[in-house]
Amino acid sequence: MSSTHPHITPLKVYFLVFATLIAGTWLTYFVAYKDFGWLNTPVAMAIAIVKAGVVVLYFMHVKWQSRLTMMFAAGGFIWLFTLFAFTLQDYFTRSWMPLYQ
Amino acid sequence: MSSTVATPAAEPRTNYLNVDYGWKSWVFSTDHKRIAVMYLITIAFMILVGGSFAILVRLELATPAGDMLQSETYNKIFTMHGVVMVFFFLIPGVPAVLGNFLVPIMIGAKDLAFPKVNLLSYYIFLVGILLTLLAAAMGGIDTGWTFYTPYSSTYSNGQVALAAVAVFITGFSSILTGLNFVVTIHKMRAPGMTWFRLPLFIWAHYATSLIILLSTPVVAITIVLVALERLFHVGVFDPTYGGDPVLFQHMFWFYSHPAVYIMILPAMGVISELISAFSKKRVFGYPVVAFSSLAIAVIGFFVWGHHMFVTGQSTYAGVVFSVITMLVAVPSAIKVFNWVSTMYKGDIWMTTPMCFAIAFIGLFTVGGLTGIFLGTMGLDIHMHDTYFVVAHFHYVMVGGMVTAFWGGLHFWWPKMFGRMYPENMGRVSAAIIFIGFNMTFFPQFILGYMGMPRRYHFYPEEWQVLNVLSTAGATLLGLGYLLPMVYLPWSLKFGKVAGKNPWAAKGLEWETDSPPTTFNFDKVPVVTEEAYAYPEGARHQPEAKVV
Repeated sequence: MSSTHPHITPLKVYFLVFATLIAGTWLTYFVAYKDFGWLNTPVAMAIAIVKAGVVVLYFMHVKWQSRLTMMFAAGGFIWLFTLFAFTLQDYFTRSWMPLYQ
Repeated sequence: MSSTVATPAAEPRTNYLNVDYGWKSWVFSTDHKRIAVMYLITIAFMILVGGSFAILVRLELATPAGDMLQSETYNKIFTMHGVVMVFFFLIPGVPAVLGNFLVPIMIGAKDLAFPKVNLLSYYIFLVGILLTLLAAAMGGIDTGWTFYTPYSSTYSNGQVALAAVAVFITGFSSILTGLNFVVTIHKMRAPGMTWFRLPLFIWAHYATSLIILLSTPVVAITIVLVALERLFHVGVFDPTYGGDPVLFQHMFWFYSHPAVYIMILPAMGVISELISAFSKKRVFGYPVVAFSSLAIAVIGFFVWGHHMFVTGQSTYAGVVFSVITMLVAVPSAIKVFNWVSTMYKGDIWMTTPMCFAIAFIGLFTVGGLTGIFLGTMGLDIHMHDTYFVVAHFHYVMVGGMVTAFWGGLHFWWPKMFGRMYPENMGRVSAAIIFIGFNMTFFPQFILGYMGMPRRYHFYPEEWQVLNVLSTAGATLLGLGYLLPMVYLPWSLKFGKVAGKNPWAAKGLEWETDSPPTTFNFDKVPVVTEEAYAYPEGARHQPEAKVV
């Protein structure tokens, strides 16, 4: 929960997050040269999501914030998801049979 | 003996206006009230700029031949009208002026949560304005305020990049204001000010702020993508590079449809306050009206595809968007029914703000119902990009938001500046605006239904009568808007001194001085009753009605 004192994160955590991000970047580069078929995009996205997650949780201190702040942070991602989902419903159904022929 | 004792009336108390007179005390002020006044002056200037463009449009359309402006110039004029009015008046109008001034006072706080961020927000807004005016001076843009690709990203020769940067920057002003409101409403409410004691104005601003925070970043990134495509040929929207122009519309309307609610929700908050104060009754169904603001904010995010029924979007996606569009009408209708129910058996006092509030209900209802027409796919195919659409969104935005803005400004004017405006002039102005507005835009419904397309400056002769009527109405409307711009500043010096609560209304803002002190209250107020706690059967004092 929130408190009047800001959370002090040990430097070690920052270095670990930095190492994770570098490793993630290397992994992204590595998998870009492998062919996973239809999984190519999901794999790249999964790595990106993990990287974004550690940035949000540790660099942006959301991990130590109140539930209200967490809810707002999560709200942004949920809304991003709705943007993708409702846009893709257009793209995925464009090739369907027309309603009237 | 009494002559040596200074009475409070003879020696006005220090307030936010007279605490300091130096120019630095204004331009570096972090007082939310002074920032609101700076916004008010800036926005008033932008109304004049945007209004001038509107007058040119209507003058051109007074005759069927495109004889006053060239086609390209006409395109630039209506684009600048849209850009200026949408981004620099309709979106910030109520939140940045009335919201900035009133949100802290209404919840019993000294200021917003981040006063310096509030000032930063104002200056970002100012930079956005300057860049837009620069774009206009350097040749303007002709894309329409929607910046649709591929015209904007590939073909337009205007100052699209500069205008896009201006809109991008202005978006951050909006985001910072929204952030400030959310944190303030969550964290700085006075003791006893529970969520369900909050005025509906606050609920509306809270819902609006959520929309601003969740949607504005999307339009910002969309504009960045347009810039990347123009500069580096990254294929996002241009089919030549593997992009899709319809994707731009998805991303643009993901912001710009909720932006309609950014404009109208705070206006609805204003109307709830006005109806309650001048009917001397608690708002009927308070919790439902509060939640309807949140419902509009949430559902409003899932309807954007109704702008794209005829632009290549899948029919199946169109059906989904159409159905959800019908749903968003429900919370809007709840508000209208509840305002009318609030007035029922109330002691209605027809002040200028109440005249504006009643005008709002009528005009917004027409605007909302015609939105149902346009949200219906079959009808939209006939009416898309016609004057029916122009009339519809002007009924919502101008008939709705602008009417509420004037109503709110008159209502809180005595609080903001400590002076009463001339009431009869106010009523005359409200009447002129109502008549002028309907004369301007109702003929456009008919023109649109007959097939007159928007964005053309010539048309068949048989449509001239309705167009002339519309232009005549616009002249009247312009006069109606100019009147308050004259008598409101006049009242600052010559208006009757207003007391703390000239309307005998409920709310924390009416318990502090007019104008308020720098920190709003001498001591932190403690709230012990619900919002609008008018006694059953309350009546306005007869002498008050003489105002």
